[in-house]
Amino acid sequence: MVAVLRVVACGSVDDGKSTLIGRLLAATGGATDDQLDYARTTRRGGSTVAAGAVDYSLLTDGLEAEHEQGITIDVAHLFMDLPSGRRVIVADAPGHEQYTRNMAVAASTADVAVLLVDATKGVREQTRRHLAICALMGVPSVVAVVNKLDAVGWDRSVFDELAGEVRAAADGFGMRADVIPASALDGDNVAEPSPNLPWYDGPTLLGALTAWEPAQEPQEAGYRLPVQYVIRADGFRGLAGTVVGGPIRPGDAVGVAGGGRTSTVGRLLGPGGTDLDRAAPGTAVTVTLADDVDVRRGDLLAAPEALRDGLSPAGAFSVTLIWTAEEPLRNGRSYLLRAGGRTVPAVVTAVRDRLDVVSGGRLAARTLDLNDIGTVELTTDTPVSLDAYRESRHTGSLLLVDRVTKETVAAGMVRHALRRGRTVAPRAYTVDREARERLKGQRAKVVWLTGLPGAGKSTLANTLERRLHGMGLHTYVLDGENVRGGLNKDLGFTPQGRAENVRRVAEVARVLVDAGLIVVVALVSPFRTDRAAARALFAEGDFAEVFVDTPAEECARRDPKGLYAQARAGRLPNMTGHGQAYEPPEHPDLVVDGAGSLDEAADALCALLRP
Amino acid sequence: MAGEDAVLDMLEAEAVHILREVAGAFRRPVLLYSIGKDSSVLLHLALKAFAPGRMPFPVVHVDTGWKFREMIAFRDATAERLGLDLRVHTNPDEATPFTHGTHEYTRIKKTLTLRKALDDGGFEAAIGGARRDEERSRAKERIFSLREPGHRWEPRSQRPEFWWQANTELADGQTMRVFPLSNWTELDVWRYIRREDIPVVPLYFAADRPVVERNGSLIMVDDDRYPLEPGERPVQRRVRFRTLGCYPLTSAVESKAENIDEIIDEMGRDRRSERAGRLIDGEGGTSMESKKSEGYF
Repeated sequence: MVAVLRVVACGSVDDGKSTLIGRLLAATGGATDDQLDYARTTRRGGSTVAAGAVDYSLLTDGLEAEHEQGITIDVAHLFMDLPSGRRVIVADAPGHEQYTRNMAVAASTADVAVLLVDATKGVREQTRRHLAICALMGVPSVVAVVNKLDAVGWDRSVFDELAGEVRAAADGFGMRADVIPASALDGDNVAEPSPNLPWYDGPTLLGALTAWEPAQEPQEAGYRLPVQYVIRADGFRGLAGTVVGGPIRPGDAVGVAGGGRTSTVGRLLGPGGTDLDRAAPGTAVTVTLADDVDVRRGDLLAAPEALRDGLSPAGAFSVTLIWTAEEPLRNGRSYLLRAGGRTVPAVVTAVRDRLDVVSGGRLAARTLDLNDIGTVELTTDTPVSLDAYRESRHTGSLLLVDRVTKETVAAGMVRHALRRGRTVAPRAYTVDREARERLKGQRAKVVWLTGLPGAGKSTLANTLERRLHGMGLHTYVLDGENVRGGLNKDLGFTPQGRAENVRRVAEVARVLVDAGLIVVVALVSPFRTDRAAARALFAEGDFAEVFVDTPAEECARRDPKGLYAQARAGRLPNMTGHGQAYEPPEHPDLVVDGAGSLDEAADALCALLRP
Repeated sequence: MAGEDAVLDMLEAEAVHILREVAGAFRRPVLLYSIGKDSSVLLHLALKAFAPGRMPFPVVHVDTGWKFREMIAFRDATAERLGLDLRVHTNPDEATPFTHGTHEYTRIKKTLTLRKALDDGGFEAAIGGARRDEERSRAKERIFSLREPGHRWEPRSQRPEFWWQANTELADGQTMRVFPLSNWTELDVWRYIRREDIPVVPLYFAADRPVVERNGSLIMVDDDRYPLEPGERPVQRRVRFRTLGCYPLTSAVESKAENIDEIIDEMGRDRRSERAGRLIDGEGGTSMESKKSEGYF
C-alpha cells in the first residue's frame, strides 16, 4: 500500500479548484474550527455562496489575495489524512499559462494529477497544457474531475462526452485517466456519493484517492545510492544517502560510478544507526563497504553491472530542459550542473527544438526563454553517471545553475546519454606541465585583463610582455582582436557570441599554460559569468583576473579603433558600454588604473606574477 | 496503525535526507533550537541522521529573556544530556512586550538577535523546525528558503524546488534557511514524539498553573515581571500549551491532557489552529510574511 500519496492539483480558480480542495480538506478533518469560521463569515467579491454557509474556496486559497498584494503566485502544500490512514500531500499550483514553471515543480514529485475540467467549458487548451506538463514530469496517472455538473443539469451525456475526450487526451500522453463527475460547490461526489448522480456507480474523488495504487509494481531497476555525506566515528566510516531505484541489502555488490572501484555492502544502517537486513527505495541509510574504497559526497553507488550499462559515465547528454530564469538560455555558456550532490560545469552545445506544449509539436528553436520547454545537448566538463529520466526521476534529473547569481536557470530530464565516440579519456604524457616549467625555469599562469573597449588592455599587455621577455621568461599574448581574425572569426558580438569567444580563448590559454607559458589575455570579456567559467578551467593560483579600470569617457575619447564613434552613429548595436552592459569584476585579483601610469600598472602585474 | 508508522517513516527519511544534504553542501550550518516540540523533534532527527557519528553542527538558541522558566531549565538539561554545542544569544537592548508592542519587541529581541547570531557565527545555512501546516502563509514556503544579503526574504527570488534536488549554491552575501519538517503536521509531531519517546517541556501537559485572562487569552504569570492590572490576581487553572514562546505572548488552553495519548486524543476533538495561541502572529493576515521579510524565521 502506498502510505503517502503525492498529488498535484491542476486547473484554474475558475474551474472550482480551490473549492474542490477545500471540500476535501474539510471532509478529511484538515480544516480547523477557526478556519471554518473564517470561511463562513468572509466573502470575496462576486461570491455566490449563501450567507452563513462555508465558502470552501477560502480554506485553501490565499493565492488570489496574494496576487492582489503583488506577492509571487506560488506552489502551496496542503496535507490530508484519509480515513484509511493514507497521507495525501497536495501540491497546489496556479493554473495560468505563465506559471508553467510552478506547475512543473508541483508535478515533479506527484504520483497522481487531480485535473479539473469545467463541465460548462469542456476540455480547453489549459487542460491539455496541464496534462502535457504532468506527462513530461513523469506523473503516471490522472484523476480527472468533471466539475460543475449541476450547471448542466446533471446531464449524463455531457459527462460521457467530456470523459471520453479527457481519456483520449491522457492516452495521447501515455497516461492512465479515471474520470469522476462532481459538483464541488455543494460537495456532490467529492467525499460522499451524490443523489444527483443516480447513473454513476464509480468512486467519489475521496474514494479514488483512497483506492489509488500504482498501475504496476514499480520495476526494480536495481538500487542507486547517491552519497550525501560521509559519517565518521571511532573506527567507523559510513556512506550516508537515500536509496532509490530498488532495495539494497548487506552483501550486495557495489560499484562507484566513474572509476571502476568495486566492493560489497558491509553493514546497512537505518536512521539512528540500527542495522537493517534490507532497505527499500526512499529509506535514508548509511552503508559501510567491505573494502577500503575512496568514496565521497557526490559519488554514486550502484551495482557494478548497472554502472556498465545505463549508468556508464558520459560527457554529453540529450536533455529536456524547462527554462526557469528570466535570462534566456545561452549556447556555449558554462553553467553548473547539479545532480544528486554532484556539481560539475556543463555547457549547452545545441538547442534541438522547443515544445509546443498544447499541440505536443516540436518547433525549431535557437534558445529557450522563461517557461519554455525544449530539447538540448549538454556537455559536461567531467563525465557523470545519469539515468534516463523515464527510468528514474531521482537519478535522471538535474538542475542547471547560473555560475554567478547561483539561481536555478533550468530543470533537466535526461533523455539519453550521447556517446558517439565523444567520451574522451584524457591521456597522460610523461613530459608534463611541471617538466616544461622546470625547463623554462618559470611558473605558468594566466593574467586575464578585462575592461571596456579602449581601456588600454592591449597596450598594457604589450608593456608587460616586453618586460617579462626581457627577464628571460616565456610568454604569449592572446589579444581579442587577433583571435577574432582567425580562430574566432565565425563569432559575432551577441552575448552568445561573446560567451563562446571567451570560452575558446580560455581553452587556448589552458593549453598554453600546460605548455608552461605565462599567458596574458587582453579581452573585453564583459560578462561576469563568462569570466567565472574561464577561471573555473584553471587551478587555484593559475588564473589572475585583472580589471583595467578606465573611465568610460576616457575610453570614448581615446577610441583607438573608432568603435565609439560608430556606436554613437548607431552602427554597433552590441557595443560594450552602449547597447550591452559591461559587468566589472566583483572580486578581481588586481585593479589597475587604466588612466594612470603604464609603468606602475606593469609593476603591479609583475608583482602579481611573482611566486 | 500501520499507516501511521509508514507515514512517520517517510517523514523521518525525508527529514534525514534534508539534514544530510545541509551537512554535505554547506561549510558552516547551524541548527536553530527554540526548545519547543518541533525543535525537540528536529534535534532528535539530527542526532539520528549522523549516528553513529556526531551531529556536525552547533545549536543556537535566541533567548529573549521572556521564555518560560521551565523552557530554559529544559534547554540546559537537554544540552547537558546530549552534549550539545549550544550557543545562547540574547540582545541586551531594552525591550519588553509591554512597553514596545509585540511587533517591535519581536523585531528587537528575536529577529535582530537571530540575524546577529548568524552573522557573528558566519553561518551560511540555518536549520529550523517550521512546518507548512502551521500557518497559511507557510504553505508555500520552500524547504530550502533563500535569504538575500541582510537576511531579507524575497518572495521573487525563491528557487523552484524540482524533485528532491536542492540548489544549495549561494551567491555573495546570500544565506539559506532550511526546514526539514516542512511536510509534517502537528499530529505527526506528537505521534513521532510518542513513537520515539522524545522528551518535551512539561508545559505541553495539563497542570494547575497561575493564569490571568486578557482579551480572551489565558496568560500564565511565570514571574513577578508581569504587570498585573489593579485588583487582577492570577488564579490556578488546569491548562497546557500547544506552542511555546515568550510567556506573556503565549496563551494557554484549558485542558485535562496529561500525557501524549491524551494530547493526541484531544487534538481529534479540539479543532482550533495551533498558532491561534501565538499573540504575535495575529496582527493582520500577512504579519508572518512581513516578519519574514525582515529576517524572522
